[in-house]
Amino acid sequence: MKGILQEKGVPLDKQRLTWRDMVQKPISKLDDDAYTRVRIILMNGIELEASRFSHAAARMNPPALQRLLADVRILEQHQATLINWLIGPDHSPLETTIAYEQVAIDITAAVAMREPDEYLAQVYRFGLLEDFDHLYRYSALLDRLEGKDANNILQSYTDILPGRPTIDHHRAPQDNLRKPYDRKSAAPLSKLHALTIMAAEQQTHNFYMNIGPMYADPVARQLYAEIASVEEEHITQYESIIDPEESWLEKWVLHEVGEVYNYYGCMQQESNPRVKAIWERFCDYELGHLQVALEAFQKFEKRDPEEILPEELPEPIPQASQREFVRETLANEADLRANGTEIVDKKKENKASLQYRKEVNADGSPSETVSAGYRWAPGSELKLKVA
Amino acid sequence: MQTATEIGTNHSGMDISPAAEEMLENTELTEPPSGDERSLAKLRGEYASQAEPVGTLPQAEASLILLMDKLGERLAFERSGTRLYDALMVKCKAAGAKIPMKELQHIRDEEAMHFALCGAAIQSLGGDPTEQTPCADVAGVEGMGLMQVLTDPRTTLAQCLHAILVAEMTDNAAWEELIELTQPTGNGDLVARFQKAQENEADHLEKVRAWYKEATMNGG
Repeated sequence: MKGILQEKGVPLDKQRLTWRDMVQKPISKLDDDAYTRVRIILMNGIELEASRFSHAAARMNPPALQRLLADVRILEQHQATLINWLIGPDHSPLETTIAYEQVAIDITAAVAMREPDEYLAQVYRFGLLEDFDHLYRYSALLDRLEGKDANNILQSYTDILPGRPTIDHHRAPQDNLRKPYDRKSAAPLSKLHALTIMAAEQQTHNFYMNIGPMYADPVARQLYAEIASVEEEHITQYESIIDPEESWLEKWVLHEVGEVYNYYGCMQQESNPRVKAIWERFCDYELGHLQVALEAFQKFEKRDPEEILPEELPEPIPQASQREFVRETLANEADLRANGTEIVDKKKENKASLQYRKEVNADGSPSETVSAGYRWAPGSELKLKVA
Repeated sequence: MQTATEIGTNHSGMDISPAAEEMLENTELTEPPSGDERSLAKLRGEYASQAEPVGTLPQAEASLILLMDKLGERLAFERSGTRLYDALMVKCKAAGAKIPMKELQHIRDEEAMHFALCGAAIQSLGGDPTEQTPCADVAGVEGMGLMQVLTDPRTTLAQCLHAILVAEMTDNAAWEELIELTQPTGNGDLVARFQKAQENEADHLEKVRAWYKEATMNGG
């Protein structure tokens, strides 16, 4: 990926999307490969993080910078719309939830495998086993509430097994904070990984918070309430691994680099030609956004972009099944817990977390209830024999 | 638009996946939490025992409460029914369907008339036709899936007619019920109007069944 950051991309004033552009034909839930949907969910999350970050930056910076952020942000709004609207309306919210967890598992696993910093890799593996368990609980709900097989969405790429039990994910807030990487010495890949996973988790949290109350069923309403709370913990975890000493503009530049990086990865791996063309178009758009951010960085901070830009972008995050890695992690690390910023053995868990968990689980555990006695089987009860 | 189901690259089943064998291992590898589906039923039962209704009726004579609620339901359903037929006409046009447009328009207009009839009946019984009754609200929830099918540009004509068939079958049963509920009020005029509406609905159902059958047999 040498040289891509030297490309100028499409200038901002040439980046226009009509409502018709934004509302295109959705993908096919049945015919498209599961990773096309994974990419859509991931990139929607990346764009929405760009938007949330930009709003936060605008609230803390002078009008001249607010203007530049606004110029880019409206385009990101339209990109996010186009991408998110690719999800077909025949996905029930619960089916889309299954796909969100597939993103959280297979992308986090790929990141954990390639992360050069051992502490950060451990943090990703820790989060991975929790999202892995969420998939099992939601699959039980999909089967038991809607009578559907989660594997229609997963397409056999991702296992449906209990991980670290969701009932144990609830921690005292201080046990969700981790140590940040050092902006001066961290590998560019570490920075890109952190931004990517934080964005994915943030959108997963937003999604669960929005669709949870759409369910009539109290079991579903409780399960979304419980897992949304864990996603909140995950955002806390992943934002805390990012160096808070990065300036606002440094963070903006890194966001734009991260968007280029992830669109590039999607372009390289997409199997649907129509969707691939969208990734290519938006990769060029992001290169245009990066130019604006770099100019602002130089103008307002009087710093040389080379100080923070990688010489070349690392190889893309693989968007593929990571079954073996996940099973291995599950076998070795399901019993790990958090104590402050450290990942520790279950026996060394912080008492504050044990107390907090006892309190929130006092009226019962939605994730245990929904999956009581549940084993995934192909086609749900297809194993039943005709009398 | 899509007019028939075709052979393609459906990825949702296991037979097509090279990873199916590993996936099958999941069943054996699972160590589930103890218990079974009764845990879900128990929780649902606890919520049900403490639930409040989706809503109430503000004012009605005690003997008319059920009838008013059901008239509100019919009013809402018939109005939504016009929208289902609006969507069906768009679909037929796009598909170049042979179904005569004026017949669809006629049914659509009858649904609108039934809506007006329910409104007038509610008023004549001292109610407020602008009010959304609890049964109207719940019928709206039921209809959400039907509207999703009709307005999805990807669905075939036969798939849409299947959804319309669900609506018309419900409509027929509902008018029958409404007549039974109105008879005890002694309002013969209203009963007669409702019987006429039921005849219209029987006619709709017959036509929709035939169109659905034809569209299905033609591969849609």
